[in-house]
Amino acid sequence: MTPQLTLGPVLYNWAPEHWRDFYFQVADEAPVDTVFLGEVVCSKRAALFDPYLEEVVARLENAGKKLVFSTLAEVTSTIDRRLVERVAASDEFFIEANDASALSYLDGRPHAIGPYMNVYNEDSLDFFAGNGARSICLPPEMPASGIAAMGRQAAELGLDLEVQVYGRIPLALSARCYHARAHDRTKDSCQFVCDKDPDGMVLNTLEGRAFLAVNGIQTQSYTCLNLANELDELGAFGISRFRVSPQSTGTVAVTKSFHALLNKELSPAEASAKLCEIGLDVPFSNGFYHQQSGFEWHA
Amino acid sequence: MTQLFKPELVCPAGTPAGLRTAVDAGADAVYCGFQGPTNARNFPGLNFTVAEMAGAVSYAHDHGAKVLAAINSFPTAGRTELWKEAIDEAVSIGVDAVIVADIGMTQYLSKAHPGQRIHLSVQAGASSPEAINFYCRRFDIKRVVLPRILTVAEIKQVHDEIGCEIEAFVFGNIGMMAEGRCALTNYVTGQSTNMDGVCSPASHVHYEEDEDRNLKTRLGEFAIDCIACGEHAGYPTICKGRYNVSHKQEYYAFEEPVSLNLTRLLPDLMRAGVTALKIEGRQRSRAYVKAVVSAFRQAVDAYSEGGEPDISNLLALTEGSRETQGAFRSKTWR
Amino acid sequence: MRPTLPAMITHRPLSGKARLDDAGARGFARLAPPIPLFALQPLLGHIVTTIAGRHPELIARLGDNCRKRFLIDPHNLPFFLLLQPDPDRPRLKAYGRARDIEHDVHISGTFLTLLRMIDGQSDSDALFFNRDLTITGDTEAVVALRNALDNMDVTLADDVAACFGPLSRPVRAVIDLTFKFASPKP
Repeated sequence: MTPQLTLGPVLYNWAPEHWRDFYFQVADEAPVDTVFLGEVVCSKRAALFDPYLEEVVARLENAGKKLVFSTLAEVTSTIDRRLVERVAASDEFFIEANDASALSYLDGRPHAIGPYMNVYNEDSLDFFAGNGARSICLPPEMPASGIAAMGRQAAELGLDLEVQVYGRIPLALSARCYHARAHDRTKDSCQFVCDKDPDGMVLNTLEGRAFLAVNGIQTQSYTCLNLANELDELGAFGISRFRVSPQSTGTVAVTKSFHALLNKELSPAEASAKLCEIGLDVPFSNGFYHQQSGFEWHA
Repeated sequence: MTQLFKPELVCPAGTPAGLRTAVDAGADAVYCGFQGPTNARNFPGLNFTVAEMAGAVSYAHDHGAKVLAAINSFPTAGRTELWKEAIDEAVSIGVDAVIVADIGMTQYLSKAHPGQRIHLSVQAGASSPEAINFYCRRFDIKRVVLPRILTVAEIKQVHDEIGCEIEAFVFGNIGMMAEGRCALTNYVTGQSTNMDGVCSPASHVHYEEDEDRNLKTRLGEFAIDCIACGEHAGYPTICKGRYNVSHKQEYYAFEEPVSLNLTRLLPDLMRAGVTALKIEGRQRSRAYVKAVVSAFRQAVDAYSEGGEPDISNLLALTEGSRETQGAFRSKTWR
Repeated sequence: MRPTLPAMITHRPLSGKARLDDAGARGFARLAPPIPLFALQPLLGHIVTTIAGRHPELIARLGDNCRKRFLIDPHNLPFFLLLQPDPDRPRLKAYGRARDIEHDVHISGTFLTLLRMIDGQSDSDALFFNRDLTITGDTEAVVALRNALDNMDVTLADDVAACFGPLSRPVRAVIDLTFKFASPKP
């Protein structure tokens, strides 16, 4: 099983041209095998990127990347439902389902299961494998012991398991848009104010400590997940796919560092030092993996 | 006013005495869980032993009420046996339905105990007709507990498109995050809402009151609110805290410390086709359960007989503290 | 007059000391009539032993928290109560306010608020939200105690009254009258 590097979907509301250029650069330079595209957080944003989608798809495909379309993580309104249908019912692409709504369009069709689906145990792996899943991205809060047990079961089922190794950690979803709320608007009248924060809007505690990052209806960690030190062990557990979640700066360089780490061209310490230099300028965390508070960092 | 279909009143019980209180106050069904991490209210001193649950079922059945066992957290790989045992125990005790969220446990329940009535927990986060129908087809679930993120109009739409009953929350503490999809507690405390059934575990909550009676609330290392003297306190959860962002100071980034009260929307919910109305609060005291359940019993009975109940009792239950109709009234809440 | 709260304990979650060098509390203690605490102790000991013996399910619900020390602080009384519901050695003792008392959790409110809480007549969450009740220290222990008390069909007030033997009915009547004549929010 050759380890693969994957690039998760862009979770933020970037300027569409910037979004396009980012994927062009990924196509040209990023040593990733699979690229996840598609709007996962807010159905209102999806249309913003449509004008550039065709170009981006063509460029990534020409570069030999495997493309997967991710579906919306939370589905409530009619627009949400239409978006999921449009993505999941199309047989043009391989689909990553992030909510049970998408599953209803995928019965029997090979697909991927995304990190928002709550796959925590062997029985769930069993169910999804039987339902046509080929790969499953585990929830980010899963501890090492659970990942190890999942690895054993996935091997028996012939499933590929994926784990996020870099980027802000998705922590929660809500019906309410907290970006709109912070600007005294509602989700329907938001005027896409989330475009101000390409890595999310940082929430600080009343004591001034940076705490969380708001991304529309999603709440993320302030810290940046970095599992460079844990990569070897993850491989030993049978994890074959490692996901980098895009941030606004240095993401392509981050994929290069992880690629070098997978190929033993860098040590974990060297990789982390590089990530520190090129990536998001916030503290690293890996607490979830070590069954500690998620924000913590164990060097 | 015309007569409305009379929905089932589903009430919380954190202890055997709480269950008897709810039944005596007029609950049609009571939901409760075993001690430990198998349900989403794994709080110290709360919940039922197997023997207590069996006693609860006898008491409820003797009084014409149902018992719904919540086994609605997500077992981590390597420890599913505890959840499977809980499901087996609940079924053998004779509970009227088992409430599950984890898809693996739902599959286990439907295969190991065919014929057992399954309710899909709010923790499963099934919020669209497509999602709910998927569970109906695969596991023959009989009822879905809807996330507190839909408007009444959307609930009506869901009702018209799905093949099972709807249970909707009408009263109680309102979490701001979609149920089953929040790892904020784990991020701060190392204990998981999904995997361990805890939200803001008391072991990590600390209150610091200064000389002027300002109350600082801390979860783990993080200050999540500072409540001035004379101000009401709320549940010490991250989603009810106050924070700063670059352009705004000391604001409730997610929600104010309000509780959900849909008393005024009851007739609308009944018309939308909701089969069961759910009251939150397994962690609340018997005094609360008694007051809320009796008041809702009267209101629901009156509405279903075409009357206009006096709902002042119900509104008074949150008097002094603030209340909201949450997502239910209109989309502007979002 | 309501005494100001003692400056408290707040930075030591698991173990703390209440320091009663606060001028307000001391001032109040001086105004109050002297209470012979030594006379109270046997009665308190009898009460806690009786309750622990009668309600094993209460102790079971507390789990490991039964070994925690609960400092009960009725604002308007000149003493503290220290409760340790350990079934092997149940303790309930009164302490004068001039002492440091080692404890794990500090529960304070007016005497009536505290009585309402243990009597199951009020929702203690609501008492806390309204700031009638203040809790510092080991929050988990308090939540466990609250939940354990809430599972009791008889109220502790009945048990306390029962400890007065032939006087139990008059004592219960006094408790009931206290509730009856007290305003809902003291």
